[in-house]
Amino acid sequence: MSLLAVEGLGISFGELHAVRNVGFSMKPGEIVSVIGPNGAGKTTLFNMISGIYLPKSGTVHLGGEDVTGMSPHLLARRGLSRTFQNLQIFQAMTVLENVMVGYHLHERGPVIADLLGLSSSRRRSHEAEEKARMLLERVGLVRAAEKEAGSLSYGALKRLEIARALALKPKVLLLDEPAAGCNAVETEEIDHLIAELAADGIAILLVEHDMKMVMRISNHIVVLDFGEKIAEGDPATVSRNPRVIQAYLGTQAAEVTYAVG
Amino acid sequence: MRLSKQATLLVLAALIVVAPIFFPSGYYFRVGSLLFVNSLAVVGVVILTGYAGQISLGHAGFAAIGAYACALAPVHLHVHPSIAAIIGAVLSAVVAYLVGRPILRLKGYYLAVASLGFGILVSMVLANEIAITGGPDGIKVPELGLRAVLADWGLELTNAQFWYAFSGLVLLVGSWLALNLYNSPTGRALRGLHESEIAARTVGVDVAQAKLVAFMISAVYASVSGSLLALQNRLITPDIAGYMHSIEIVTMAVLGGVGSVLGAIFGASILTLLPQLLTVFQEYEQVMLGLVMMLAMIFMPRGLLPSIVGLVRGRGE
Ligand SMILES: Nc1ncnc2c1ncn2[C@@H]1O[C@H](COP(=O)(O)OP(=O)(O)OP(=O)(O)O)[C@@H](O)[C@H]1O
Ligand SMILES: [Mg+2]
Repeated sequence: MSLLAVEGLGISFGELHAVRNVGFSMKPGEIVSVIGPNGAGKTTLFNMISGIYLPKSGTVHLGGEDVTGMSPHLLARRGLSRTFQNLQIFQAMTVLENVMVGYHLHERGPVIADLLGLSSSRRRSHEAEEKARMLLERVGLVRAAEKEAGSLSYGALKRLEIARALALKPKVLLLDEPAAGCNAVETEEIDHLIAELAADGIAILLVEHDMKMVMRISNHIVVLDFGEKIAEGDPATVSRNPRVIQAYLGTQAAEVTYAVG
Repeated sequence: MRLSKQATLLVLAALIVVAPIFFPSGYYFRVGSLLFVNSLAVVGVVILTGYAGQISLGHAGFAAIGAYACALAPVHLHVHPSIAAIIGAVLSAVVAYLVGRPILRLKGYYLAVASLGFGILVSMVLANEIAITGGPDGIKVPELGLRAVLADWGLELTNAQFWYAFSGLVLLVGSWLALNLYNSPTGRALRGLHESEIAARTVGVDVAQAKLVAFMISAVYASVSGSLLALQNRLITPDIAGYMHSIEIVTMAVLGGVGSVLGAIFGASILTLLPQLLTVFQEYEQVMLGLVMMLAMIFMPRGLLPSIVGLVRGRGE
């Protein structure tokens, strides 16, 4: 059975059908990429799946449960986590604290214990801190742990968001352009990290403009154009699809063909 | 730079203990205890505004609940004034829950506007329900009685000295709680939603509930501050619920630096002491006060304490 199933999802802003009748499904450990030109509706699709926008039509099922339009914090409890294209970092908090907030569901306890600084509260904080450090290690940011997050480079913040999203221990992870603004080395690291996470059984839904990366790591690709799904399938099939090449006319078309070789 | 919890408490305790050495007269104990009472409400604002980023312009309403509880509960419920203060605090938390629940689901400045309305409502009730509250003339508040107990134990304090010490102690406890919260799971959730509600929600923070918790906690701070004021003045009038008082509480916090307990208390000190100093300007006192506040916010938007610390460190390098 599929872990995440999206059916007939659609939303419009005024006259604009930002996403129309999009569906796909994914199993644990699978990497599914959503590609399409700028403004195709990829981020909007993410926003509907993650409960930030209420879809006008269609359904989202998570682990068999209908979660359409459910609040993000309730989706988080069900194991859905995400990162943001336009960074949503807690700038004034430290790098470490950013990831610790990601542990919220695991570290929270009675407010009164937090006010009184009881040992139970301090123990929860301590555990969260240890686990957060491990995740920072994993994304290569452990040495920046005590720095104010706002002082980090764009590429580092992208990785910080991944670490924070992982703190939730998600079953489904939505990554919106995780490699944007990263250099070649960092991109490769993110590439490896995504593969590792999938190997751990996390279902990864990826939006990424780096076609080489998409073609290399995806099990399945969904192509959007003007809010509609114009193709889907494995990387080789999708990159040969004339409609996809049409949508990507220009520099990116060359990239698509190049990447598949 | 951020002082640790221990350092903050130590600095605060040292100031409270050492300051009386420089007091030329007993009158300064009264100013000091007023400062501590104001500071307590302001520390509550640090939690609501500094941590969680929500603005309330109605906290004087909670101060009034705390104050009037101390006047009314001993008479009508025959409880000790200390129990009355606790009743006031619980009542404030309940009222904050009822007022905050519908509002805090909304975004933006709704809380500011709605809480302003709440504060005005409280002051109107207090002024109009003359049979119970004594109306605009105010109402007497019974003696706390703790000073007599201390005297029995051989610790003789003047009334002003007692209230200086007692309010100072309550302020220390209040600061300790706020500092515990800062580095706790709840504190991190509040500080997170302050910066990005969307990100906080996607990692599982129930944002509406977290804001409500912050609102309730800060209401209790205001309530206890009102109780202390009532008990030391022995008379309370509806002025305590006035919106000027609400704005004063927020201004103190923002002026000093709403992000930290010490900064906010610094702001409370300035705004409590400055009027005493500015009396030389007589009828222009209010104008001068407004001017000082405007200049401070224009040139030190992060608040006085962080800006001054920044300046000093910048020079040192
Ligand atoms: N909240 C909104 N209100 C109005 N229009 C919106 C909103 N969000 C997105 N849109 C519009 O919907 C369309 C799809 O936008 P979306 O951000 O989903 O594209 P995208 O595929 O993520 O593009 P990119 O590759 O540039 O990130 C765009 O035309 C965008 O302007
Ligand atoms: Mg996008």
